[in-house]
Amino acid sequence: MDFSVLRNIISRYCAGEEYWVDSRTVYIGHKEPPPGAEAYIPQRYPDNRIVSSKYTLWNFIPKNLFEQFRRIANFYFLLIFLVQLIIDTPTSPVTSGLPLFFVITVTAIKQGYEDWLRHKADCSTNECPVDVVQQGTVVRTQSSKLRVGDVVMVREDETFPCDLILLSSSRDDGTCYVTTTSLDGESSHKTYYAVPDTMAFKTEQEVDSLHATIECEQPQPDLYKFVGRINIYKEREDPLARPLGAENLLLRGATLKNTEHIYAVAIYTGMDTKMALNYQSKSQKRSAVEKSMNAFLIVYLCILISKAVINTVLKYAWQCSPDRDEPWYNHRTEIDRGRHVVIRAFTDFLAFMVLFNYIIPVSMYVTVEMQKFLGSYFIAWDKDMYDEELGEGAQVNTSDLNEELGQVEYVFTDKTGTLTENNMEFIECCVDGHVYIPHAICNGQILSAASSIDMIDSSPGGYRREHEELFFRALCLCHTVQVKEEETVDSIKRGIHQGKPTSFYISSSPDEVALVEGMKRLGYTYLRLKDSHMEILNKDDEIERFELLHVLNFDSVRRRMSVIVKSSAGEYLLFCKGADSSIFPRVVSGKVEQVRARVEQNAVEGLRTLCVAYRSLSPAEYKEACYQLSNAKLALQDREQRLAQAYDLIERNFTLLGATAVEDRLQEKAADTIESLHKAGMKVWVLTGDKMETAAATCYASKLFRSSTQILELTKKRTEEQSLHDVLFDLSRTVLGQRSLSGLSVDCQDYGLIIDGATLSAVLKPSPESSGSGNYREIFLEICRNCSAVLCCRMAPLQKAQIVKLIKVSKEHPITLAIGDGANDVSMILEAHVGIGIMGKEGRQAARNSDYAIPKFKHLKKMLLVHGHFYYIRIAELVQYFFYKNVCFIFPQFLYQFFCGFSQQPLYDTAYLTLYNISFTSLPILLYSLIEKHVSIETLKRDPTLYRDVAKNSLLRWPVFLYWTCLGLFNACIFFFGAYFLFDNTTFTSNGQLMTTNTQMMFGNWTFGTLVFTVLVFTVTLKLALDTHHWTWINHFVIWGSLLFYVIFSLLWGGIIWPFMNYQRMYYVFMQMLSSGPAWLGIILLITISLLPDVVKKVLCRTLWPTATERAHR
Amino acid sequence: MASSYNAKEEDGHVAVPGGGTIQNKKPDNTAFKQQRLPAWQPILTAGTVLPAFFVIGLIFIPIGIGLYVTSNNIKEFEIDYTGTDMSSPCFNCSQSFSWNSTRPCTCALPFSLEQPFESNVFMYYGLSNFYQNHRRYVKSRDDSQLNGDTTSLMNPSKECEPYARNEKMPIAPCGAIANSMFNDTLDLYYIDPNGTRIQIPLMKKGIAWWTDKHVKFRNPGGNPNLTSAFQGTTKPINWRKPVYELDTDAENNGFINEDFIVWMRTAALPTFRKLYRIIQKKNNMTPTLPRGNYTLEVTYNYPVRSFEGRKRVILSTISWMGGKNPFLGIAYITVGSVCFFLGVVLLIIHHKYGSRNNTADIPN
Repeated sequence: MDFSVLRNIISRYCAGEEYWVDSRTVYIGHKEPPPGAEAYIPQRYPDNRIVSSKYTLWNFIPKNLFEQFRRIANFYFLLIFLVQLIIDTPTSPVTSGLPLFFVITVTAIKQGYEDWLRHKADCSTNECPVDVVQQGTVVRTQSSKLRVGDVVMVREDETFPCDLILLSSSRDDGTCYVTTTSLDGESSHKTYYAVPDTMAFKTEQEVDSLHATIECEQPQPDLYKFVGRINIYKEREDPLARPLGAENLLLRGATLKNTEHIYAVAIYTGMDTKMALNYQSKSQKRSAVEKSMNAFLIVYLCILISKAVINTVLKYAWQCSPDRDEPWYNHRTEIDRGRHVVIRAFTDFLAFMVLFNYIIPVSMYVTVEMQKFLGSYFIAWDKDMYDEELGEGAQVNTSDLNEELGQVEYVFTDKTGTLTENNMEFIECCVDGHVYIPHAICNGQILSAASSIDMIDSSPGGYRREHEELFFRALCLCHTVQVKEEETVDSIKRGIHQGKPTSFYISSSPDEVALVEGMKRLGYTYLRLKDSHMEILNKDDEIERFELLHVLNFDSVRRRMSVIVKSSAGEYLLFCKGADSSIFPRVVSGKVEQVRARVEQNAVEGLRTLCVAYRSLSPAEYKEACYQLSNAKLALQDREQRLAQAYDLIERNFTLLGATAVEDRLQEKAADTIESLHKAGMKVWVLTGDKMETAAATCYASKLFRSSTQILELTKKRTEEQSLHDVLFDLSRTVLGQRSLSGLSVDCQDYGLIIDGATLSAVLKPSPESSGSGNYREIFLEICRNCSAVLCCRMAPLQKAQIVKLIKVSKEHPITLAIGDGANDVSMILEAHVGIGIMGKEGRQAARNSDYAIPKFKHLKKMLLVHGHFYYIRIAELVQYFFYKNVCFIFPQFLYQFFCGFSQQPLYDTAYLTLYNISFTSLPILLYSLIEKHVSIETLKRDPTLYRDVAKNSLLRWPVFLYWTCLGLFNACIFFFGAYFLFDNTTFTSNGQLMTTNTQMMFGNWTFGTLVFTVLVFTVTLKLALDTHHWTWINHFVIWGSLLFYVIFSLLWGGIIWPFMNYQRMYYVFMQMLSSGPAWLGIILLITISLLPDVVKKVLCRTLWPTATERAHR
Repeated sequence: MASSYNAKEEDGHVAVPGGGTIQNKKPDNTAFKQQRLPAWQPILTAGTVLPAFFVIGLIFIPIGIGLYVTSNNIKEFEIDYTGTDMSSPCFNCSQSFSWNSTRPCTCALPFSLEQPFESNVFMYYGLSNFYQNHRRYVKSRDDSQLNGDTTSLMNPSKECEPYARNEKMPIAPCGAIANSMFNDTLDLYYIDPNGTRIQIPLMKKGIAWWTDKHVKFRNPGGNPNLTSAFQGTTKPINWRKPVYELDTDAENNGFINEDFIVWMRTAALPTFRKLYRIIQKKNNMTPTLPRGNYTLEVTYNYPVRSFEGRKRVILSTISWMGGKNPFLGIAYITVGSVCFFLGVVLLIIHHKYGSRNNTADIPN
């Protein structure tokens, strides 16, 4: 006995350690399984407390500070501050400490407030009441007290408190409807199923009597994947194992709809729920502007260091004679003298660093961040991007990339749902080459079509009749459409009138709805799924019942789906529908050629085609299939893979029945948008899973390809004839040869490339021959670069991302934008520099993973051409101006070192040093960068070519940066030497009097600094005023306001003897300066000289070399 | 502002979707939110800038001429008395300098004024190569001590080091600036055509900022007896006299001695001049300083040879725009002319290219 216990423990231990780490076992209602059934695995689960907050009251300060100082800029400023504290510094630690403190505090307050909101939200969710079944009664408790294994009762319209496995529902068929609006934004109702063996438990007592365990994988964030197994123990019977999938799992955050109540068991709680796991941060995307900014920063850091080094070296060279180093009037302290010269030189270097550190301003980061954060509101506020039908406007998920919208060079767009409406309409079907067209329903009757086409009523031969019947049944049966019968019309699905109650077809795929509705119009109505039986109302108003045995779900790899049904006659039938490419290879009989011809013809017209096939299964075959399927479904590991294998085995030996064609209309203004993007210099690529002909037709319709476009094909069909190598070289010769011929002529032939997935992977695959590995890729890129439009069809989702990446890392490093609406676009949205999601019908996954979400494709035009352009102009000016104004600020200080014996004497007073970037010059540029509009919105929309003006980061290129820096240096020299000559050469230094009781005054070094500073503040602010094209009252207010503020502050700062300060050097300095006539004249003169070159440059450039934007002004 | 905006949070941390936040998401149609605020949209074109250039030119040139003329009318006389030359009368004094010498060294420099100085004459001393703006020097003072704070008087700020204490006694006024106060005495004599020396009266009050003298600088304790007010302190090392013996006039003694205040305002550049005395105009009839011969008598106390400094005396009249200042006038004239010139250039460009651009625009 002892031995067995020991063994038990050991096996438990080992099992827990080795075999079951990646799965968990849940005991429903905490009832242990019958002894010996399975090894008991003790696991600790978190409680159902949701903690989305980052901080607690105790760790807020240290943790937040740590987080903030992890940013390299903050750390740099902290370092400067610490240096100031340690060494004998020229400027008080306040000058860098205060701005840093301000920045840190503001950020901390913002983050603290956000965290407080999260705490509050957490609290309210954690305390929300939940009904738990305990000992056969319903007990109300708090959500946070919920534990794994609890059986929970959820009523209609309640939100699920954690991830649950549905046990039973108040509906007879064990289903429940759920909306996941708050999770992924999909407002449609989804159906979830209970395991058939538990769905009979209708009351608390019955549920409590259930004795079962659930084995499932450990929590993982994918919302749409779940793998598990329920073991139901019945007395004296082997445990019953049933597979559990995502259709059994109710996610936390979703809401129960149209179902009175359900019983479910908690399996993932608290932070283990899929919702919580999904709040992990996404990878950060950095914008091109940010990269340039960092490059400029490095330049400035180099300037800073070299300035400090130069000054240190010069200092020691200059003071090598002791009379300069220590003249009799200015001795060092004993301690100072005792220091080693190397240490002294090092501290001098640090002191120079401190003195010049303002050249890299703290406030720039704050301002850029504020600009991005506040600026992104304009996108969300834009009523032009609001969609009435959807009830939503654009949505900003990250504000880091605003300016990147103005830099896009490549647009990768999905076709279905993005370019097109994803609003499907059944157009025709073709059975064995005979075409059927349903027509608009008039009074419930189908009108006959044009005479040339066979109609459904035409009497067919027996064979054809049989196929026809099978075809319509196949379409009625092979789908996952649900029928929703209800009075509340809160879903947007199209209703179909069926006598009294309104019923809807609901499906995650609009194609299926279109097909089933099309069938209805052709006389075959799918009624419902009841007790695993699908009911069909056929043409003769008879109800046919088929038992639904298996659904082989659609996936994008297989590109088909199947159902296995048992007809009332007891036949086992497998119906399959799918893309032609995935059906034809599996067909063994049927009129393949006719169908193929029709399919291709339809595809050319831009219709979406599906092929339908069937296979009748003998009972033995059915049994085999059943066995394989259930085996695969029960597997805990590699379930996906095993399912795919099983599907592959079952879906073969088809008889082709026919094909369908569904139209997907182009989105409103899609063609106009694409045309604008083209004019704006962007290359538009369409990446679609659709087949070539369909996609090409859409491209023509959306003006991606024009009639003049010469189409280059790089498809499997061609590569089968020629080798890939030859085709590639052929194409590149065409493209490049043409270009070199017409090198001078203006209108180049415009090329469009079509490539399919198979060829693409061949191109991208590193070939085994050593020579050609990177070669194909380069040639392919070269061809692409010369094509104005590229269409990639037959793309798997991952291939879309591959294409984006291929372009992204090509040698020009163009900025890419990916736009899509479906889950299959997520990978490319994440890959591209800017990812845009369309809030489409295929759910919210794309929108959730995107950086920006817009309701319609047409909104992309305003997003890029207007918002992107504005944001880019604004941030570019912001960055350049910030560096400029700090050059102006610090360079005079550098020059002053040459006149004060390299002693690190600051030119400006501490208050000025501190407040220059914080308050005197901060607001005008911030407001400028929020509301500047150099041209009107209408002009930008009207003339997309203006976008080219800002392309390729044109305002932040090195020449522009150099210009700004030189302007800054020039201004700094004017400020400094202007003041120098006023002070040095003349009596002005010691004397100046005007209209005051003071007859004379002596101007000292602080007056000198104040004079320079006054000119500086005015010049820098007026420079911005000159750059402002759009003067609203806000601009007037902040520009004149900050100048006024500077004057008032200076008057106040010098106006009184400040108590508790150990120096009063600014006392009356500003007033004395203003009371002197030459000072006024000097200030006006210096401001004029400083601004003059920039004005002249502006005027000359505008007149002689105007940009397109400038031409648009008049 | 944030209400219409969905919870947009940092690093993907989204608030728990709890309460139903069903609200009308339609953006407000306000001018601000739609970026359609009414605005003045000036554009810098040749056409708009041209008049400004001409106006600036027209304003600046006369101002410049005015300034230049005024500046030229100011009479200024400068004499260097450092005594580095063998020939200089002060050569001996400059060579034989020692801090400890009890007997002051004096020298006399004769000079003559070619033109009479009509209005008030300002007398400056100028120093060269003297780094009053050296950081160690600039901060070496205690403003609260100078403001009459008694605790600071006894405990000078450590900024004053190494001039804070002398043998445990606090120095008043402490610091390097005070310690190195200029202490040459300059006297001016007019040599009558008949050879008699007439001492010219020099005003030593009214040379500092009023606010400095009356607010920023104050003697400690409000004690009229300065000797007792400065009890317990010692004089700066290089001074000959303690601070309370700078002048006999109680209004000009101690910390509020104007020579001291003037010295304490540190100069911006290593070559500077500071106001020393004012020669008041007596009446309208006679010039303040008639043309003729003068003698400058210097009590040579201040050593500058060690750091290759120079000492000067400057006599100058002033005008409405201050002292002699040709720079400002020339600069104004230059800038005015440049503006005018640019105006003309722009005018040509505007006529040549501006119209061409306009015509080119029409087909667009």
